[in-house]
Amino acid sequence: MLDILDIALLFFMAVTAISILRLKNLFAVVMLGGIYSLLSALIFVNLDAVDVAFTEAAVGAGISTVLMLGTLALTSREEKQEKKPSHKIWLPLMVCIATGAALVYGTLDMPRYGDPNAPIHKHVAPRYINDSMDEVGMPNIVTSVLASYRGFDTLGETTVVFTAVVGVLILLTGRRRRDKREPTLEELEEQEEEV
Amino acid sequence: MMQRKPILRVTSKVFMPFILIFALYVQFHGDFGPGGGFQAGVIFGSSFILYALIFGLHDAKLVLPSVVLEVMAALGVLIYAGTGVVSFFTGDNFLNYNSLAHDPLHGQHYGILIVELGVGLTVFAAMTLIFYTFAGRGR
Amino acid sequence: MESFTFLSPGLYNYWIVIFLMMVGFYIVISRGNLVKKLVGLNIFQTSVFVLYISMGKVEGGTAPIFGEGFETFSNPLPHVLILTAIVVGIATTALGLALVVRIREEYGTIEEDDIQAQEDETR
Repeated sequence: MLDILDIALLFFMAVTAISILRLKNLFAVVMLGGIYSLLSALIFVNLDAVDVAFTEAAVGAGISTVLMLGTLALTSREEKQEKKPSHKIWLPLMVCIATGAALVYGTLDMPRYGDPNAPIHKHVAPRYINDSMDEVGMPNIVTSVLASYRGFDTLGETTVVFTAVVGVLILLTGRRRRDKREPTLEELEEQEEEV
Repeated sequence: MMQRKPILRVTSKVFMPFILIFALYVQFHGDFGPGGGFQAGVIFGSSFILYALIFGLHDAKLVLPSVVLEVMAALGVLIYAGTGVVSFFTGDNFLNYNSLAHDPLHGQHYGILIVELGVGLTVFAAMTLIFYTFAGRGR
Repeated sequence: MESFTFLSPGLYNYWIVIFLMMVGFYIVISRGNLVKKLVGLNIFQTSVFVLYISMGKVEGGTAPIFGEGFETFSNPLPHVLILTAIVVGIATTALGLALVVRIREEYGTIEEDDIQAQEDETR
């Protein structure tokens, strides 16, 4: 089965990713990152994952881009231009090609795209699809799995979001240090000896 | 900030209530259609981010101080875990909502609604707070 | 039939996703700019999301929301996993960006080579 729309959108994503790789202007890179997220949201709609598409459009294309732009305002807008020694270009490329080849080899005996008899559809998903209306009573299966069947998982994810915020606050609130270096312990000891 | 951008100021003022109502719709209609706490939190947060972008961080903090957001972020996780503990005491497993009401289906419904509210609160507070922190760093 | 399965279009989706993953991976390991590294990491992350969702697709299925006249649904489990992963992903990206901002304040640059050079000088 060949899904034309799906392949076309994935092709657009590939083009966007290549442009991100080649561009030096970080502002353009961040905006293309937003476009990349929006394209992936379209793919999610095409693959029936409406909840995921919704989240990706709001988070990936919205908040993520705003945060990246905020970071650019605090740092710099251009990537440094310089000639790199050739081993710095070829070594990562070889690593990527080798990893990619291994992954493609791994897909060869994977179930076909859209195959209803794939192992993934045989294990817990039938329970969710057949019984969730009687056990939880929500028309949206994703919500009932998210909040009820896998409630522990979501509690963990919520805690991770909370912890990340605490981390950002620890890193970025408080006074901005003007003098770049704090005196080290040895220097403090020297000062004490002088006194 | 942006004193001479009347179009942006007016349109963002007009859009704000609609974004907020849409976020609430996504939050409480998540059982029936696409949506839920994660998406609603992000949309609710994005309306405040829009406000801060157009009217300046100072004005946004007058509407919603960051202390309130810090409390909300913690409160969301607390509501979530607290629901689990309540179902503990009503004679069920942690985060099993069957016994929250007389009817297991109603219990599940209440449980999911409360838990999604907790998720929404935490995500909303988290996104807005992260933006406040990044935007406030420059000055 | 072995050669036919190799050429069947049922795997194109996975192959393009792997290509996207490798582009993201290449950006992460070959570029020195820290913001660009994070964008590369996001590309990698999003392509993993697409991989999961493509595996959950059922031919002829619809979005997993009950309604009149729908019998076949796509697998809801990958949707749940990825939904939470997206939000956690942005939270961790924000943490990474915060680290980048702190590094810039400390070293005055976000290029890996320059930071390494400064470290070598002070050593």
